[in-house]
Amino acid sequence: MFDIYCPHCQEHREEEEFHASGEAHIARPLDPDNCTDKEWAEYIYFRKNPRGIHHELWVHAAGCRKFFNITRDTQTYEIKETYKVGQQPTVTE
Amino acid sequence: MTQQNRLQSGGRIQRNKALSFSYNGKTFKGFEGDTLASAMLANGIDVVGRSFKYSRPRGIVAAGPEEPNAVLQLGATEATQVPNVRATQQELFDGLVSNATNGWPNADMDLMGYVGKMGGRMMPPGFYYKTFMYPQSLWDTYESFIRKAAGLGRSPLENDPDTYDHLNQHADVMIVGAGPAGLSAALQAARSGARVLIADEQSEFGGSLLHSNEQIDGKPAAQWVAETVAELSSFNNVIMLPRSTVNGYHDHNFLTIHQRCTDHISDRAPEGQVRQRLHRVRAKWVVLASGAHERPLVFGHNDVPGVMVASAVSIYVNRYAVAPGKELVLMTTNDGAYQTALDWANAGRKVIAIVDTRANPQGELIEKARTAGLKVITGSAVIDVQGSKRVTGVSVAPIDADGGRVTGSIDRLSCDTVASSGGWSPVIHLSCHTGSRPVWNDDVIGFLPGETVQRQLTAGSINGEFNLKGCLEQGTRMGAQAAVNAGFEANVDAPAATAAVIAQGPAMALFHIPHNKPTSRAPKQFVDFQNDVTAAGIELATREGFESIEHVKRYTAMGFGTDQGKLGNINGMAIAAKSLNKTIPETGTTIFRPNYTPITFGAIAGRHCGELFDPKRYSSMHKWHVENGAKFEDVGQWKRPWYFPQAGESMQDALNRECLATRESVGILDASTLGKIDIQGKDCREFLARVYTNAWAKLPVGKCRYGLMCGEDGMVFDDGVTSCLGENHFLMTTTTGGAARVLTWLELYHQTEWPELEVYFNTVTDQWSTLTVSGPNSRKLLAELTDDIDLDRDNFKFMDWREGTMAGVPARVFRISFTGELSYEINVQANYGLHVWEKLFEAGAKYNLTPYGTETMHILRAEKGFIIAGQDTDGSVHPYDLGMGWCVAQKKPFSYIGKRGMAREDCVRDNRKQLVGLKTKDPQAVIPEGAQAVKDPNQPIPMTMLGHVTSSYYSAFLGHSVAMGFVRDGLSRMGETVYYPLADGSVIEAEICSPIFLDPKGERQNV
Ligand SMILES: [Zn+2]
Repeated sequence: MFDIYCPHCQEHREEEEFHASGEAHIARPLDPDNCTDKEWAEYIYFRKNPRGIHHELWVHAAGCRKFFNITRDTQTYEIKETYKVGQQPTVTE
Repeated sequence: MTQQNRLQSGGRIQRNKALSFSYNGKTFKGFEGDTLASAMLANGIDVVGRSFKYSRPRGIVAAGPEEPNAVLQLGATEATQVPNVRATQQELFDGLVSNATNGWPNADMDLMGYVGKMGGRMMPPGFYYKTFMYPQSLWDTYESFIRKAAGLGRSPLENDPDTYDHLNQHADVMIVGAGPAGLSAALQAARSGARVLIADEQSEFGGSLLHSNEQIDGKPAAQWVAETVAELSSFNNVIMLPRSTVNGYHDHNFLTIHQRCTDHISDRAPEGQVRQRLHRVRAKWVVLASGAHERPLVFGHNDVPGVMVASAVSIYVNRYAVAPGKELVLMTTNDGAYQTALDWANAGRKVIAIVDTRANPQGELIEKARTAGLKVITGSAVIDVQGSKRVTGVSVAPIDADGGRVTGSIDRLSCDTVASSGGWSPVIHLSCHTGSRPVWNDDVIGFLPGETVQRQLTAGSINGEFNLKGCLEQGTRMGAQAAVNAGFEANVDAPAATAAVIAQGPAMALFHIPHNKPTSRAPKQFVDFQNDVTAAGIELATREGFESIEHVKRYTAMGFGTDQGKLGNINGMAIAAKSLNKTIPETGTTIFRPNYTPITFGAIAGRHCGELFDPKRYSSMHKWHVENGAKFEDVGQWKRPWYFPQAGESMQDALNRECLATRESVGILDASTLGKIDIQGKDCREFLARVYTNAWAKLPVGKCRYGLMCGEDGMVFDDGVTSCLGENHFLMTTTTGGAARVLTWLELYHQTEWPELEVYFNTVTDQWSTLTVSGPNSRKLLAELTDDIDLDRDNFKFMDWREGTMAGVPARVFRISFTGELSYEINVQANYGLHVWEKLFEAGAKYNLTPYGTETMHILRAEKGFIIAGQDTDGSVHPYDLGMGWCVAQKKPFSYIGKRGMAREDCVRDNRKQLVGLKTKDPQAVIPEGAQAVKDPNQPIPMTMLGHVTSSYYSAFLGHSVAMGFVRDGLSRMGETVYYPLADGSVIEAEICSPIFLDPKGERQNV
């Protein structure tokens, strides 16, 4: 069970308070109507699922209700950093 | 019964506290301080079970959690039955009732024993895999055979009467194991002021020191233990947990500890006490001081009762004052095990011989044994054991220098006990739990903890340090280091307690003792006792092409018992490696997973059982529903009235009555469970326009609107009515089951995509009671309860809402309809809900106000063709599939969620399944929901399926059934006939029609 630092609450809380919401930094296209079907499918369906460093979107569901990002190693389950939506990760490999 | 194997003196037992216990219906005596295993051995109980495959008699071989055979059923009553208790870990208490679990009809006189050979032939290695390839019918035969013959214990048939709980803990330093290394570590960490948690699976702290003859700081080891425990007790920053097995080491230094609080006291926990507790520990730093398990050697008939692991013999002699026999033969590959022969001799029992596999062993203990006059046979091995229910003798033969073959003639020695030692395997289980792969070490002749990402240190024999002095030093250093790492001040060079170093010669890396015959023809040489895996079986597996140890394990079932291969896995790997001409590390590694030892369901569940298993949600009118005979249905965690049967009514009778009353006069539904989200902020409208498919820009204050919500793929996922409460204030309703998901969805888009919109969300589901009053007399009824809401049909129109008082309390009243009737939803603060509900019934008696539940609600809405998101949708249908294109805006400036998705090629193609009404040819026939539509019921199976029924009911008001369902291209097939073939062979014929069966023009609600 993960020990997760919420960047909004600024403290470590147990994983039970959080929900994972998939890959982070998936931006909604600004002009959906001019996306091809392929572009739209990539936006809604296709994800990296890497072995190793992964940027993930989580929500502090039973806490502050804020979404934030986690950089996590999917092999070791280490959390390298957590950061707010709109910020960029500092750990990328 | 006398305790014939009990020594006259010594041990840590309380001889003045005699306890009686029963095993297989017979009563025996033991002492306080005994384990069940030591008491059984004291009483000369040799056979404690039968082996799984060959049904061979088995005895106790170990003294700790690695014991594979003495796995018993405990419990004096049906409710207190506990299966799979290791007798070696169960403390004796007065009145303990135990039974062997393996053996039919019983362990001692086993019918299966006579057909054991047949069992063996029927279950060769790979039995399961080979069997599963055969037809199912044959498996049934095998299965009943296996079930009767084996099975490890049984579940109780009555509820467990005891209480279990969970406790969350935070520690700066968590120490696993309270042997010399763990205790030394705890002392250093405690002195630093860190919060220390130290847990050990045994009944008292001390680990191997509880049976050691060694000295620490010039005192007997046990005295050092007592003094150390006393000092630890004096710190208020230290929690000590004996009888507590650290069973799991999870991510981010989260550990689970299974504490047996009262299992040592009585069959049931004493009044007011918790039987077992699961500690959930988040530790800053962890010191693993979990020790090592001695490996037995693998040799012919090494499973005969009386063959034991060497250190276990010492433990029974020294700690429990039990000599489990009279005449001992010890076989060893190392110096350390000589201590067992010395202990045996000290107990006044006869050592027949020490058989050392090494040609020329040199070391302090060997000298000691020789000086004591013990016979040492070098360069030899015990290749076979005689006896069936007890050892009667052994065959000893010389072996070559690498232990590969027998080199000379065989001698017979008579004895009743055989102790063997193949060295020690560090207990690395916990270090493996989070994915660290152990590393083989040739000097240790064992696996050591591998690299880890955990904040973890290791100390003592887990590192292959088998000298007491080294264990004390490592523990001292690592305890201080863990405290420093956790942010405390400690001296990592602090002096450790001292102990003498016993000079030892090199051990021999030998696992499998050769026989003069090839392994396949030699007497059975057992590797895994619980699953009857033999050396020959492992060699067969490698010949059949299984080269990875993980495959060998699955093929032979090695390590798959409740002991998880604690004794056998390394031996099995060594045999597989040798057979494959590889080294052990080349063959693979061994990975352990939680739990370290089996844990009870009680401890896992804690208080999360019965009433506390899952929260239940009740509306504020729940009491009334119960008093008025409602049948309930679970909707998420809500208990919703399903229908309100009256005396003598069937469910259909009740539904008919409820529907007719509502359509003809007035009915009432408790709709409080609908999700309600309060939305405020200046950008509410814009936000709603982006998450709903229809338009919201112009909805005036005082108005309500139905909305459809889609995902980015264009598929409907929720719906509901949203009302404009103020210029910047809306109230959104959602489906009962979708409430939490919708709120999270809104927050997700607001926080990650459109943070520039000023909008706030708050769930208010529980704050409001919703009373839906529906039917032609609803307006008249409401008029009696309000004097400040103008209910006039032209002043309070359909899809309006008004604020005022209802039955004297503040209320919001929404004129919306899910039944097609004149209908009002009254929202009041939840604590007024019951009051208003009761006032409505007082005034409503003259209108025959009738309560109805979810089932009548479903029928009434289905008559009107209204969908229920989640019943008539399944994540694969868009609004046009539902015939709800009217609810999709074309000209909204922002490309709202779902718009682009609905335009995908797959969504706009022809031939999609579309929701239609279904009118059965036989008006009384109700098509089962889920039934599949076909065009030609006479088509051979598999038929071409066109869709399925999503909602189907009998309508008492219309006098015929009503149904909705998907049919391929259904919207352009109006009037066509489809068929629903059912599982019973019958076929229901239906005509495709509009789903609106009642009042298509909406005249009933516009009155
Ligand atoms: Zn938070």
